[in-house]
Amino acid sequence: MKRNDLILFAILLTVGLVSLLVLTAVLGDKGEVAVVTVDGEEVLRLPLSKDTEVWVEGYGGGTNLVVIENGQASIREASCPDKVCVHTGHASALKSVVCAPNRVVLSIEEE
Amino acid sequence: MNRNTPASRVAFCGVITALSIVLGYVEYLIPFSVGIYGIKLGLANLSVLILLYLTDTKSAFLVHLARILLCGMLFGNGVSILYSLAGGLVSFLCMALLKQWNRLSVVGISICGGVAHNLAQLGAAILLVDELRIAFYLPVLLIAGTLAGFLVGLCSLSVIRAVKKQ
Repeated sequence: MKRNDLILFAILLTVGLVSLLVLTAVLGDKGEVAVVTVDGEEVLRLPLSKDTEVWVEGYGGGTNLVVIENGQASIREASCPDKVCVHTGHASALKSVVCAPNRVVLSIEEE
Repeated sequence: MNRNTPASRVAFCGVITALSIVLGYVEYLIPFSVGIYGIKLGLANLSVLILLYLTDTKSAFLVHLARILLCGMLFGNGVSILYSLAGGLVSFLCMALLKQWNRLSVVGISICGGVAHNLAQLGAAILLVDELRIAFYLPVLLIAGTLAGFLVGLCSLSVIRAVKKQ
């Protein structure tokens, strides 16, 4: 093994680690928002960076409690009988939380 | 051992091709799982490095190509062969050129090969999936390629030394 090898090793690792840190810092507050729609119409837009709880009135008078906690959005309570949305857990960019009876959809979008 | 007759060269390349397929299979059996998709050790690169140092660039290239196609057909599918080819060809070019340059030992060349392989596969992924956001994966692949290349390089170093002694 030559000295150049170790220099190369150190340089590549440093570049990798620094770019990883920079990217995480940049992406850390990339401004993801939780979007709540009722019957296809957007009613709420909440940044994931701020913890909050909001009651949403759904189609036909049903209600859902949308909770944002630790950068994640979920539905904690629902007036509907099946509670599918509550059991779905956290919403992500690939997985929306849906309450079919109240026609409430909670999805994650990038701002 | 006289390695200069054509017959012995062919036999040696055949043995190394078989070895590289076995290495590919070992890696396929034990996915070097660190929780991040697509990270692997690249054990098969061992065979490329051994051939680059013990024979010539042409034999190394042919064995390398044979391994990619054989492993792809045995364990993969059409798309995975495309990714392997992208990574394999770019990393081979990189390693062969660096060997000519003669400023790095086998460890450094292995590191460059690992990184080049990962970057080429990332490029292929961006082209195939048409999603530029995959590029955010770059730092992870850079670090993984460096570490894996370092380890494989150390292995190659001891193998090459041992074979040369005989």
